Amino acid sequence: MPLPAACMDHEMSVVKSAPTHPDPLIEIKDVHFAYDERPILRGLSLSVRKGEVLAVMGGSGSGKTTLLGLIGGRILPNKGKILVDGQNVPKLDRAALYALRTRFGMLFQFGALFTDLSVFDNVAFPYREQTNLPESVIRDLVLLKLQAVGLRGAAGLMPSQLSGGMARRVALARAVALDPMLMLYDEPFTGLDPISTGIVARLIRRLNDAFGLTSLVVTHDLDASLKIADRVIVLAEGQVYRDLTPDDVRTTTDAFVRQFADGLPDGPVPFHYPAPPLLDQLLGKTVAGPNGGGTP
Amino acid sequence: MNSVIEMIEGLGRSVLNALARLGLAGRFFLAILMVIGVPLRRFSLLVRELYFSGVRSLLIIVVSGTFVGMVLAIQGYEVLQRFGSAETLGVLVALSLVRELGPVVTALLFAGRAGSAVTAEIGLMQATDQIAAMDMMAVNPIARIISPRFLASVVSLPLLACMFSAAGVFGAYLVGVKLIGIDDGSFWSQMQAGVDFRLDIVNGLIKSLVFGVAVGLIAVFEGYYAPPTAEGVSSATTRTVVTSSLAVLMLDFVLTVWMFRGLNG
Ligand SMILES: Nc1ncnc2c1ncn2[C@@H]1O[C@H](COP(=O)(O)OP(=O)(O)OP(=O)(O)O)[C@@H](O)[C@H]1O
Ligand SMILES: [Mg+2]
Repeated sequence: MPLPAACMDHEMSVVKSAPTHPDPLIEIKDVHFAYDERPILRGLSLSVRKGEVLAVMGGSGSGKTTLLGLIGGRILPNKGKILVDGQNVPKLDRAALYALRTRFGMLFQFGALFTDLSVFDNVAFPYREQTNLPESVIRDLVLLKLQAVGLRGAAGLMPSQLSGGMARRVALARAVALDPMLMLYDEPFTGLDPISTGIVARLIRRLNDAFGLTSLVVTHDLDASLKIADRVIVLAEGQVYRDLTPDDVRTTTDAFVRQFADGLPDGPVPFHYPAPPLLDQLLGKTVAGPNGGGTP
Repeated sequence: MNSVIEMIEGLGRSVLNALARLGLAGRFFLAILMVIGVPLRRFSLLVRELYFSGVRSLLIIVVSGTFVGMVLAIQGYEVLQRFGSAETLGVLVALSLVRELGPVVTALLFAGRAGSAVTAEIGLMQATDQIAAMDMMAVNPIARIISPRFLASVVSLPLLACMFSAAGVFGAYLVGVKLIGIDDGSFWSQMQAGVDFRLDIVNGLIKSLVFGVAVGLIAVFEGYYAPPTAEGVSSATTRTVVTSSLAVLMLDFVLTVWMFRGLNG
């Protein structure tokens, strides 16, 4: 088993050096989205500049995964525009959408590797499906991509034999296979130990700069995203609540962002699910509901 | 009074839900047919599924067929010899197998053995975002994952039904000729004379083709739309077996009525 650290470059201090162009790659304008009747996004507007790593943060259920689904055209907004490289995603037909998606790379939360294919075949999948390259060329390309994530030695393993962190890195190699212009990451750090988190975080930054990508990272992990992001956006109530630089996040006095940054259990996001006063309920002044909640 | 209204409301709701699901399945079926050329052009996709659904079901089909044939021979002999026509056992067994038991029992076994596996596999792929990931890689999952599995079921069910019938005839031969001692020659010649190619064999094949479509569609549909949880996948797997079995038995009735219409009146 290759040691993760041994596979990384040695001068891996993270330097945010991406030359960010002012013109946006993604522009989201006044997007509304609801599941059934429940509004998730309410007039969300944001733009992602070419070349930057943008971290999108927000509590569970704030609509981060939904946002990625909208950008990828997997779900349609009720209202609003989603421009990616000048094309309005919700209005594209299937062929145009698929053409656009070949220029996306997406990393799903748990990697979403194809469980019936080996590591090698997983990374080879995009080449075999989208190109006519001969198998010998594909082999070299796959090995190079696996080398970039430090897992060339694991090419023969099946996904079930990988740890969570390794699976994430293989999925990353697969996502960048076709040299995309845009990378979308859904919670790339959840369930990883600190070392793996560091490895994945550095890979995100390094791939972004080396290949001139633009990256949108949806995450809960503030530490990791502060290390790699050029900009941090906080979602709340279906809108962009704050748009900050990592330095702003460290110094801000905004109560909501501070609660997030410092991991405080209570603050503007309450610890308690709405309930009647504890004493009243204990003294039997309220009728306890079936799940412990009370109705006065 | 209120409870009656509630009951009627509940009934209406479940009918509406069932209709909506049927409509969804219909649209899904069309979406599969639109891309059914993909597994035909990329034959390796189909071959893999034929192996998993068809070849891996072979053993259970052949063993079941043999036993069903042996039982048919014993039961048939007991009745036939009352009328002194024990030598027609071959026809009786062959017709029962080719017309009914071959297609129907094969489809029921296939739903339990291969259909449930397909549902579970697709349901798990859905729950672990593999299907979403494929879609985001601009590869149509209906073409790449669903249609080969569906087509494999349509192709392998008729072949398996033939195997089942052949094994059944062999089992009947073992019991009827080798054990009971019916005349070898009349067993086979009566069978040859009594089984019509068009009326019996082709009709049996048509039946199992229709069952293949039904079981295949139900299996991929239940998997594709299974809720992405352990419970969702497991209940989808159960539903595949139950729904396919009911569908096969009902379709069998409809097809039998249609095939033998006007024969006797
Ligand atoms: N298919 C669906 N049908 C109905 N509601 C859904 C569906 N998917 C998500 N939701 C709801 O939409 C809201 C936003 O979901 P989303 O997955 O975008 O949140 P998130 O910010 O990614 O949360 P997390 O950090 O927990 O992943 C959640 O409250 C969720 O319950
Ligand atoms: Mg999410």
